[in-house]
Amino acid sequence: MSVKVNLSGESKIATRESYGKALVELGNKYPELVVLDADLAGATKTEIFQKAFPDRHIDCGIAEANMMGIAAGLASCGKIPFASSFAMFATGRAFEQVRNTIAHTELNVKVAATHAGISVGEDGATHQCCEDLSLMRSIPNMIVINPCDDVEARAAVAWAAAYKGPVYLRFGRLAIPVILDADSYEFEMEKAIVLREGKDLTIFATGLEVYESLMAAEKLAEEGIDAEVINVHTLKPIDEETICTSLAKTGKGVTVEEHSVIGGLFSAVSEVAAKRCPTKILPIGIEDEFGQSGPAKELLKLYKLDADGIYEKIKQFL
Amino acid sequence: MNDLELAFHANEIRKGIIQGVHAAKAGHPGGSLSSADILTYLYFVEMNGIDPDDPSNPDRDRFVLSKGHAAPVLYATLAEKGFFPKEELLTLRKVGSRLQGHPDMNLLPGVDMSTGSLGQGLSTAVGMALAGKMDQKNYRVYALVGDGEIQEGQIWEACMFAGHRKLDNLTVIVDNNGLQIDGDIAKVCSPYPLDEKFMSFNFNVVHADAHDFQSLKDAFTEAKETKGMPTAIIAKSIKGKGVSFMENNAGWHGKAPNDEEYEIAMKDLEEIGAKLCQ
Repeated sequence: MSVKVNLSGESKIATRESYGKALVELGNKYPELVVLDADLAGATKTEIFQKAFPDRHIDCGIAEANMMGIAAGLASCGKIPFASSFAMFATGRAFEQVRNTIAHTELNVKVAATHAGISVGEDGATHQCCEDLSLMRSIPNMIVINPCDDVEARAAVAWAAAYKGPVYLRFGRLAIPVILDADSYEFEMEKAIVLREGKDLTIFATGLEVYESLMAAEKLAEEGIDAEVINVHTLKPIDEETICTSLAKTGKGVTVEEHSVIGGLFSAVSEVAAKRCPTKILPIGIEDEFGQSGPAKELLKLYKLDADGIYEKIKQFL
Repeated sequence: MNDLELAFHANEIRKGIIQGVHAAKAGHPGGSLSSADILTYLYFVEMNGIDPDDPSNPDRDRFVLSKGHAAPVLYATLAEKGFFPKEELLTLRKVGSRLQGHPDMNLLPGVDMSTGSLGQGLSTAVGMALAGKMDQKNYRVYALVGDGEIQEGQIWEACMFAGHRKLDNLTVIVDNNGLQIDGDIAKVCSPYPLDEKFMSFNFNVVHADAHDFQSLKDAFTEAKETKGMPTAIIAKSIKGKGVSFMENNAGWHGKAPNDEEYEIAMKDLEEIGAKLCQ
């Protein structure tokens, strides 16, 4: 079954914005929900929650390690903390705090990171975290979710608030097309979604690369290449069934992620394939290198992470 | 509870530390022994709502052993308090034990926070204190940090936040035994002066003798009565306190006594106990 998608690109929203707005809705539903930030409330969009619930927004200052510990302490007293910063600092700077005081303790903390990936843009390599999925995926007890648009981002935040335990949520800075239908979409943690059915190859995409991959599939279709596109919003736990069912059908795989090809979606899908359904898989992502400054869209083009670049790489692969 | 009874409990706790570490053939006796009187005072006098039958009472006072390697003193104290049978202390650090090398809140009732990676526990205590303020609860939060541990930068992030938020329901106790693994803290990388540091982070600072219950009582009473700021108690202690050959010896930071040393250590503690009974 295919899900209704809108590829017009008419409406664009950054998933960080979706996150901030979802928090406000959930703030009314869960009085114990609190939000922590590390001097980036404007950028992470937690300021939207801050305006609605000033007493439940805790700005920890530029001290991410301490923020994660405070979140753990709050959770141990019954709060539902969402701790936010840029992906670089939430998962890199505070990696060990997330591992030891949030994941090992199984405390009910949501690490919600914005500004993930190369689409951070102008800030450049120091702020473009392309390792967060790899880092978070390697931690036991951690659920790793990377939503593809506004609809999915809001649904994922709502799911995370209801779930009891640690969750990593990845959001972006760049405004991206809203592709899913809000009325019919349902978020099911772990369950990868076939957005386009095809028989010649399977494109596994995550985050903003879902839209780019669907557009690449349109181009391939013009040449008679029938690509299946699967939205892998949950990288851990990974949906082994959907991956293997599709690979068995198409016999060829491609992974597309705005993340290092080491440790993220390519690794997650390859691990499944290697275990259960050995298949050749082409990784499209950030190769083993650092990014650079530039407008987000130019960078996505440069690193062949836009529809044209994905199309080109798949053509070479085939 | 009078000082003599407290001294008796503390001595039993010290025996539990030595028994556990000896059985494990590994662990951290030095910093466990130095803080035994502090934990005795906390669990037998100071803290409210400590109940083995209701270890997760939301209104209880909380204790975070930020210097998590001193797990043996926490375990021996919880056993002395009746959270689990003392025989279980002999399972310390063994496969399948609830008594992990560093405390695990999900395995052992009575442990309020898993700790061990230095510098991280205090932040969680700050989070607990903040939750108490947000919910207008009266519980207090106590965090024990090592004087070597405070070399970690995260400690000062936590202090900045606690001072800024005026968390007067938080008390930080520094187990100031003066020694870390590599030797004298003043020589390795001095954290001194301690009181000026905490004061500059908007803490009330009290000095105490970590092995004198009256001194501890005065310090904790002042902490409780201090409003509008958290309190740091600089508790001057002796590493290895109570065991003759371990006292003031950094070599006993993370080493277990062999059988012969175990006998001497237990004899030392038996003698202290016998004197208390006179």
